[in-house]
Order: sequence, then C-alpha cells, then structure tokens
Amino acid sequence: MQIYLPIAEISVNAYLLLGIGGLVGVLSGMFGVGGGFLITPLLFFVGIPPAVAVATSANQIVASSVSALLGHIKRRGVDYWMGSVLLIGGLVGSAIGVQIFNLLKSLGQVDLLVNLCYVVFLGIVGGLMMVESLRALTRSKSAPPKRRRHNWVHNLPLKVKFRVSGLYISIIPPILVGMSVGVLGAIMGVGGGFIMVPAMIYLLGMPTKVVIGTSLFQIIFVAAFTTMMHAITNHTVDIVLAMLLLIGGVIGAQFGTRIGTRMKAEQLRILLAGLVLAVCLKLAADLLLRPGELFSLGDLM
Amino acid sequence: MIHLLCLLVFLTLGLTAKAQESIVLGLSQDEVAITASFTGSEILIFGAIRRETPAPANSELGVIIAVAGPNAPAAVRRKERVAGLWVNSETVNMDIAPSFYAVATSAPLDEVLLPLENYQHAVSADRIVRAEGQTAFDSNEFTEAFIRLKERNRLFQVIENAVIIDQDTLFHTSISLPSNLTEGNYRTRIFLTRNGQVVDHFDTIIPVFKVGIERWLYNLSQSYAALYGLLSLVIAVVAGWAANAAFAALRR
Repeated sequence: MQIYLPIAEISVNAYLLLGIGGLVGVLSGMFGVGGGFLITPLLFFVGIPPAVAVATSANQIVASSVSALLGHIKRRGVDYWMGSVLLIGGLVGSAIGVQIFNLLKSLGQVDLLVNLCYVVFLGIVGGLMMVESLRALTRSKSAPPKRRRHNWVHNLPLKVKFRVSGLYISIIPPILVGMSVGVLGAIMGVGGGFIMVPAMIYLLGMPTKVVIGTSLFQIIFVAAFTTMMHAITNHTVDIVLAMLLLIGGVIGAQFGTRIGTRMKAEQLRILLAGLVLAVCLKLAADLLLRPGELFSLGDLM
Repeated sequence: MIHLLCLLVFLTLGLTAKAQESIVLGLSQDEVAITASFTGSEILIFGAIRRETPAPANSELGVIIAVAGPNAPAAVRRKERVAGLWVNSETVNMDIAPSFYAVATSAPLDEVLLPLENYQHAVSADRIVRAEGQTAFDSNEFTEAFIRLKERNRLFQVIENAVIIDQDTLFHTSISLPSNLTEGNYRTRIFLTRNGQVVDHFDTIIPVFKVGIERWLYNLSQSYAALYGLLSLVIAVVAGWAANAAFAALRR
C-alpha cells in the first residue's frame, strides 16, 4: 500500500515503514536505546530527505519510549530521581552541544566530526561492553557476581540516596554523565541512549534492569524537546511518516520489553554491544573505503 | 516615413513567412492533484502543427517537449581522501536547478536541435542547471554530477524518440511524473524545429498541488508549527500508552 507523505513529499510503502518502526521498537524495549542511530539511516535508505528523517525519528522515539517505559514502570524498573538528575544534566549539555555544533558548522567539516564521533564512541562503548559482559558471562557460571567495590565516585560530596538503583552516591557524577551525553547527542544528532546506558552501568554502577527504564524515562523528554525544536524551526516533522513508524514502534517496544525481561543481563549487554559494534564498523568502512559515487546531494549551504 | 512603414510591413511579412508552422496544444490533464494515495502521474501531451502554406520539402521536422518543476536549489558535495579518510571536501551550490526536468524528443536531441539553439532556448538539462557564479557557457563536473544523481532518481529524464509525429502534423508523448514530486507550477515548453532550427515554441503551465488531508497537514506544519509539534507529540504519547494498555489487556 503506497502512501504519500505530506512533508517528506514522497510516496512510500506503508508496510515497509511499519516494519522499520517495529524493528526499532523491539530494540528500544530490549535495550533502552532510542534507536535514533539506527532509524535515521534506514529512512535515508527508503528515500526520505535527511532533515525530515532526523526530525520525524525523534517523534517516533517519543512513542516507542513511552510504550516501553510503561512496561518498565510496572516492573519497578525506573529510577525517577536518577532519571531527573540525568535529564537536567542532559538538557544543559544539549544546549552547550548545539553551540559547539554551530561553531563547527561555520568552520566546515562538521560531517567529518560527526562521523568520527560516531566511530570513536560506538567503538569504545561497544568494545568495552562486549569485553566486560563476555567476562561476566563466563564468571557467572562459576561464582555469583561480586558487589561493586567503592571507588573515587563514592567519595564525592553532596551524596543522595537513589533507592530504586540501590545507590548512595554524590549527585555530581550523574549530572556530569547527563551533560556529556547531552553534548555528544546534540553534536551527533541522536538521543544518546547508546552512550547513556553503558555510562549508567559502568560509571554509576546502576543495576542493568533499572538502567533501561531510567534511560527511557530520560530519552522521552530529550526526544520530545528535539521534536518541538524541529517542528518550530525547520517544519520538518512529518506526522504521517511518524504515525506509520510509531504504530510499528509501540508494538515492537512491547515485544522488546518482554524479550528483555526474559534474558540474562549479560546476554542483553552482549547483544547491545554487538549491535553498536556493527554500526561502528559500517561507519568506519564508509570513511576508509573509496565510495562508488564521490558526489552527493545535500541541503543548500 | 512611408518608406519606413513599407520596410516595417515587409519585415513583418518576412517574419510571418518564416514562422509559417505553429503549435496547437492539448494536455490530458491541466493540473495534477497530490492525494494521500498519490503514486506518480502520467501526463499525455499532444498537439498539432498548423500550417498556412504546404510543409516545406527536404527539411527535417522535430518536436521537443520539456517539462520543468519548480526551482529547488541544492548543494553538491564531493568526497576526497584526507589523511586516509573519505570526507566531504568541496561543496558547490546549484542556484538554478528544477526539482524535476524531463525532455522528450522526436529524434536524438543533437539531431533535432542545433547546439546554438540549445544555448539560446536552454533546452537540455546542462543548459538549465546553473551553479552559483557559473556563466551560461561553461559547465563543470559539479553540474554534471548533479544531473547524474538526479537522473538516477528519475527526477531528470531525457527520453529521445518518445515524441511520435503522425503524418507531419500530429504529435504526442507522455511524461511520467514520479511519486517524489514537489508542489508548484510545472512549466511545459514545446519546440518545433526544422533542421535543428527552432521555428515555433509554445509555453504552458501544469500546476501540481497537494489536496485534502495532505494540504491540511502541510499548511498546519507551516502556519501553526507549535500546534503541529504538540499534535505530533500527543499522538506519539497516546499511541505509546495505547499499545501498552492493549498488550496488558491481551495478557490478562
């Protein structure tokens, strides 16, 4: 069934969009990532103009994250306190990130920076997570995992109790994590879930099951903010495209949440690490191999 | 004074004698409406050649039909290898570039149109597309790349031998408009040539516009952007909640 999208100004197959939305929804529910780093390239591939793809995927992320979050709330897998602290840091970070982005844009070469950022961060995050979770998986077969040791993070002032996460730590590290993810997210044009999730697990020491719900909670606000910004300044949110994607997305997210709760935390982390590394390799290949077509079309400079 | 008038009359007569063949045109549809189920459109363009005198012998008749969408400037980027990485290096803006451009001809373009006439009437795509700061007589690899990329998306088309001429008087062709069509006025030009010289040309406009829900949503997104953004968010949140509620009900 073909349908004409009013803002993207292209006719596309409705079932294809439902499928893309569904796939990203499953990932969102399983891993707590928004899926922006996956859905935007898929939409480019279908022929949606980049500006519309970026803005509309933010809107679809709101829907699938709400759907997945409600599932996690029922399982008490959301730390609202931690989520709010991360969100405050994140919004400040994004405001800084947008300034950096515009500065780089005026200097040229913003594309290169965005791509390098992707390769470096996806590579580091994916690689570390893969190594760690493989080690955890082999260890959990022999002995039960040890409780995290105290490190410098636990010696900072302004300590707050995050009951759901079972943490009693300073408020400074979550704010800093939120801010750095916000800066990177604004530069790379993504919600930053794939950086946020590992940062919460490894830097803040939160339990994996709480991390996903909390990340989703935080992503909803960031994605909603992004959607409004694009709708008001660029008029690039395509509501028909968003609706097709989110019908698939919300259903997919429900399945994803169920799959996620039935799996072991280590297995979940290995899968997310694999996905992140695959995207990283694809981007690295684009940078290193000679492209078939040297020219490309883009928006007016 | 009288001499001058005579000269003028003579000149006009001479000119009309030259343009003794002219175009009478018809279109299968004089507008294209984009609805939600729009998947592209085929426009049939047909016409006749009117003559005051018998058709001139031993000269080749040619018909060229060019349809141009509204201007849609774009940037063309070229990748280059810098320190082992393929990065976008140079960018050239195409200031004048139709969103859609199709040329249909009755014979290969270089046979029905002399190069000088092509320059003068700007018929082929490389004469239409203009990079910023580019003059009329030069072309560069960026404009060539732009046309190549547009042709790959079927947004630029050259369809030679697609105009059928019947008995030297009737002609027809069909232009297929793709589904990724931009709204606006599509300028349609028909050229009649003799031995590659343009003897008459005819201009008309085919309006292409969104209707119904497409029109309404587009206007909303432009004129009431904040409301439109909020509407998108409300739909997203409600859909997310509904899916969760539906699945919870299913499990019970």
